[in-house]
Amino acid sequence: MSRVRTRAPLWLLLPAAVVLGGLFLYPMYQLGLLSVLDFTQAQVSGGRPTRFVGAENYTRLFGDDRFWSVLGATVLFAAACVLATLAVGAGLAVLLTRVSRIPRLLLSLAALAAWAVPAVSGSTTWMFLFDTDLGFVNQLFGIEGFNWMYDRYTAFGLVGAVVVWASFPFVMVTLYAGIEAIPKSVLEAAALDGSGAWRTFWRIMVPMLRPVLAIVVIQSIIWDFKVFTQIYVMTHGGGLAGQNLTLNVYAYQQAFASSEYGRGAAIGVVMMLILLAVTLVYLRALRRSGEQL
Amino acid sequence: MRLRLAAAAALAVTMTACAPSTSAPATTASGGGPTTGALKVWLFDEPNRAPKEAVVKEAITEFTAAHPETSVEVQYIPVDTRSERFKGAFNDPASAPDVVEYGNTDLPEYAVAGGLADVGPVVSGWSEGADLAADAKASATYQGTLLGVPWYLGVRALYYRTDVFTELGLKPPATLAELATTAKTVRARKPEMFGVAVGGKYTFGALPFVWANGGDITSIDSAQSRAGLTAYTGLIAADNCPPQNCADLTGGKTVELFASGKAAMGILGNFNRAAVDAGAAKGEYAVVPLPGLTAGSVAPAFAGGNNLGIMKNAQRPALAADFLTLLAGKKYQTKMYDAMGNLPTLKSASAEVAAKDAFVKPFIDTIDAGTRFVPLDPGWGKIDASAVLPTMIQKVATGKATVDEATTEAAKLIDEALKK
Repeated sequence: MSRVRTRAPLWLLLPAAVVLGGLFLYPMYQLGLLSVLDFTQAQVSGGRPTRFVGAENYTRLFGDDRFWSVLGATVLFAAACVLATLAVGAGLAVLLTRVSRIPRLLLSLAALAAWAVPAVSGSTTWMFLFDTDLGFVNQLFGIEGFNWMYDRYTAFGLVGAVVVWASFPFVMVTLYAGIEAIPKSVLEAAALDGSGAWRTFWRIMVPMLRPVLAIVVIQSIIWDFKVFTQIYVMTHGGGLAGQNLTLNVYAYQQAFASSEYGRGAAIGVVMMLILLAVTLVYLRALRRSGEQL
Repeated sequence: MRLRLAAAAALAVTMTACAPSTSAPATTASGGGPTTGALKVWLFDEPNRAPKEAVVKEAITEFTAAHPETSVEVQYIPVDTRSERFKGAFNDPASAPDVVEYGNTDLPEYAVAGGLADVGPVVSGWSEGADLAADAKASATYQGTLLGVPWYLGVRALYYRTDVFTELGLKPPATLAELATTAKTVRARKPEMFGVAVGGKYTFGALPFVWANGGDITSIDSAQSRAGLTAYTGLIAADNCPPQNCADLTGGKTVELFASGKAAMGILGNFNRAAVDAGAAKGEYAVVPLPGLTAGSVAPAFAGGNNLGIMKNAQRPALAADFLTLLAGKKYQTKMYDAMGNLPTLKSASAEVAAKDAFVKPFIDTIDAGTRFVPLDPGWGKIDASAVLPTMIQKVATGKATVDEATTEAAKLIDEALKK
């Protein structure tokens, strides 16, 4: 009887284990396996046998100066995008709670529309707006002939704006829901004690929104670190001389477009480890500060 | 919650990986198979496909009349995503077509992937096979095996605006150095125009400069290659085609610039004629071979072109061979020239076309002067996909690196890709 009892939890875990294993562990195992193989198109279609190369894909990657500069650019670009997304999203979420019904509806609809636009169409539309000669923005400011994609930083800035534009609605909607869930009495008490909007936001809302913020931050980090479409479309695959490459586009260009799947898998593993590390560090920091997630 | 979040985070970054396959290479011969049923054909989609489609339809009518109980299903595949389509067809034999059109630069990659059948027997048994130009045949041969029948060639030459040249009293340039001074003269006198449209991503526009100077892709850091690259990148400058406008241009964009009247010269292919005629430059241009270093010489052009091949996984190899030889024969090669301006690969068809259309002369002259090709190596696919040459040109054009630095870096990447 006691034996059956100790086994019961294992059986109950099985469905979850099957789903997680199938959706998550197996692809990860395959990714890891590919990253230690010499695996190109010739191997996929059976023209040549698959060969185990150990860490060669990794040593070649780490020995490549280009990889490190792309990685650095990706980290900075993602960090800037995350901060901007959070600032815009949080600001508009607070605004939503303060305006009356009709403006709130319009703002929500506009934000949701931006969210719903497919990344390729969104990027292309922005490119039209910022076109060198015919773009609306250049004509508005009278700077026809100014190529936004020529300088590395204006190009990153413009692409970053599109990334933020497409991802702030998620932050806004989530935080708005979170703020709405804060008991009105708490906010009222703060107001009675003479707390202004700025102070109420930082001292009351942010601490109470911690769990929601954690989700939003992690999501944003993952999204922005993996940004592909906007860069690929707007900078035509990485910008002038590859100045706007991010890790995902670099992986695509160096590995998948060149059919070097082993090398691409190695980049994928590195990206995954970085994101896992960032997420875990962030969750740990949250726990340290006393928040139970 | 913590675990779930971490798991969700990890799941979100997991890339889908294909299972490494170790299946043995298929060994279908290029003969046999059912002689009835539907033959599957893949041809490249083109910006103005209608004339091509009409010629192919005509060929299909002739083919099905001679082969009872057959039909031909043609799919026009986009050039941009051809690589994915071909990889898919190599990986999944069931969905593979029988006859395919493919770019001759893609040959080594497909050959190493083991996706194309040997068409040597087909060509030797074909009455028109002996009429194929030798260098065209060589461009379809990988390590001694003929893996396709060259269907047509495309070469680039120098288009120039006759009205602008007359107005400014200019003559078509006789050397590459003269090309640069002529371009600068146009730009100085007509600031709203570019002298010669050049692009940082226009590899096949830049390579003739390298080849004319005696350099090559495999020795891109040699003094000769550097001289050629210096000449080309010197054109991506404010006094001809400013980097802000031109550093990111592809070959296709330079065609647009010339066709729309924004550029007085362009290094365009014979296959761009229709695009130019559809633009503002129509009727106001002429073509000469791109000049070399000395007057009277021709800068070697890249011998681009497409082959027709039979897939190793083809269900109906015998029918495929019949359709291929019909489409690649003199009759349809000349029809394809009339429809699309594609240069024939059969010597007799080429002579016939040259005799009836003066436009084609500079291109035939360019071919006769000797053409060049990218390295016949699967590594070329990698060099191309990872944009090694465009990056090199753009680095120089935007002042991010000197010619020496950029070529040294590119040479390292090229060596690495070709060695594998």
